[in-house]
Amino acid sequence: MADAGAHQSSRSRDLDKLLLRPGHLVGPAFEPGTELRDDIQEYARILVVGAGGLGCELLKDLALSGFRNLEVIDMDRIEVSNLNRQFLFRLEDVGKPKAEVAAKRVMERVSGVNIVPHFCRIEDKLDEFYSDFMIIVLGLDSIEARSYINEVACSFLEYDSNGNPREETMKPMVDGGTEGFKGHARVILPGITPCFQCTIWLFPPQVKYPLCTLAETPRTAPHCIEYAHLIKWDEVHSGKTFDPDNPQHMQWVYSEALKRAALFSIPGVTYTLTQGVVKNIIPAIASTNAIISAACALETLKIASGCSKTLSNYLTYNGVEGLHTKVTEFVRDKECLMCGPGIFMELETSDTLKMLMDKLGDEPQLLMSGVSVKHGGKTLYMQAPPELEAMTRSNLSISLFKLMEESPKGILHVTGTAGKPGKRQSCSTKLRVAFKGVAGIKDTDMAGGA
Amino acid sequence: MIKLFKVKEKQRELAENSNGKPPVKKQSAGELRLHKDISELNLPKTCSISFPNGKDDLMNFEVTIRPDDGYYLGGTFTFTFQISSIYPHEAPKVKCKTKVYHPNIDLDGNVCLNILREDWKPVLNINTIIYGLYHLFTEPNHEDPLNREAAAVLRDNPKMFESNVRRAMAGGYVGQTFFTRCI
Repeated sequence: MADAGAHQSSRSRDLDKLLLRPGHLVGPAFEPGTELRDDIQEYARILVVGAGGLGCELLKDLALSGFRNLEVIDMDRIEVSNLNRQFLFRLEDVGKPKAEVAAKRVMERVSGVNIVPHFCRIEDKLDEFYSDFMIIVLGLDSIEARSYINEVACSFLEYDSNGNPREETMKPMVDGGTEGFKGHARVILPGITPCFQCTIWLFPPQVKYPLCTLAETPRTAPHCIEYAHLIKWDEVHSGKTFDPDNPQHMQWVYSEALKRAALFSIPGVTYTLTQGVVKNIIPAIASTNAIISAACALETLKIASGCSKTLSNYLTYNGVEGLHTKVTEFVRDKECLMCGPGIFMELETSDTLKMLMDKLGDEPQLLMSGVSVKHGGKTLYMQAPPELEAMTRSNLSISLFKLMEESPKGILHVTGTAGKPGKRQSCSTKLRVAFKGVAGIKDTDMAGGA
Repeated sequence: MIKLFKVKEKQRELAENSNGKPPVKKQSAGELRLHKDISELNLPKTCSISFPNGKDDLMNFEVTIRPDDGYYLGGTFTFTFQISSIYPHEAPKVKCKTKVYHPNIDLDGNVCLNILREDWKPVLNINTIIYGLYHLFTEPNHEDPLNREAAAVLRDNPKMFESNVRRAMAGGYVGQTFFTRCI
């Protein structure tokens, strides 16, 4: 027993220096002590999204940073090409779900940690699943997946009557990303720091070659590959969709690209390049993943414990030549449809959709006319085109309360022309709607994309 | 934040989710932006839009173009649009459903229009694309060929190109290829 205790204390020795002692660089609500350390072990539930290059590192780092309740979600199975850097996986694991193997391996090596794997798509989980976590850490490689998690996290956010975010509804995210020798780590506190959507312009546009170049004047190996992938595939397999995860499909594209390259005497088409071009894969570097994950794990610990102020708010790392890192403080888009407060409106349960639209014209912050309205997946009213206008016109005389499934509050998205005369322009905004006299109402509402 | 979360966790243990209502479907940023694009559509008389999946699926729609000028006068051409959840960061995927004899549209419906691929910018919108497609019919261009034979005929023998287009639109063979009637 004495041995076990000594082992335990040596494992948390460095962590204790951060969590048990006061300091002058700490976060605002930091209360050092063993209770903090124990609470992190007992209550902090962290979700790691992705169990690939970053995910493996993140799980290990978080487990060794004292977090004991981790869950990991990933839809992929292990491939041979993962083994050089996704160090939790072995040759005999090829074909098994990444999340399950990663969870098992970390639990074998780090005593006391419990990791629940989820082998599924992120869209398969209900919002309640995501809402249970204190912090969501992202180790992803796609904009779509980040965007989706961001939508979910922002949908939990509520604002008070002064338009300030309510801290207890905030779902912090820590996002890591790498491309070769470059990487980023960022802290997203919805309502406080820019959300993913606020700064989506940071991502460079994907490289897309003109189709006619591919068809007529290929000059590079990627041109030949994209010809096989985008044009030749459809010509030969009419109606059958190309599946980038099907090795036979990929092999077919590769062999067609080779023929094409031979025809135009273009060198450089390989199977790896074919995969790279078709799936947009950038070679991953193990050390970049390790560095970015370490930064993310540390930020997660800082958010949970308050032992230091968090990164504010976007760290870039570049190891291409020498080493360069920089932290940039990006600002929120105040009108962001995902994390912004939008406009709050209190309505009578008898108010019709038409009455709401008229109110938007009088609302001093908006003065909106030509309004179209959406609620969740439902199109409530469209000004144009005529086909949609006709399909939605009957909603105008129905009470909004009914159209919103008699929820006491909810989110609408409206678009139209807004602003003072002479300065009117096209505008989209979120409306937080609450109905008077319905039980359970406060003057707050969700900010999220709902 | 741990204190806050601890309180929340304890409350959660006490009262498991009381709200029995099904969750409201979340809207992707792409859907919200598209909602704006669609509500602001301002199409020429020659173009119309339809939503085969009904009013609640705006992400998949069809645009029909009936050119009122040029080689394709009188034809009816339908394009399918697929919009991604990260629109407008990513351009819509557009294909021509109608088989057409056209230098910039191949027989599988791939369309060579710069703003659909290399020159797409998030400030562009659905309206711009529809105008771009319309433009392809009034001014087909032999310099960016996807259908090389059609492009060569347009370049070398516009009269023959015109009669080929007519024959294809009326339903018939041009060379080895059969086109269904679209007039």
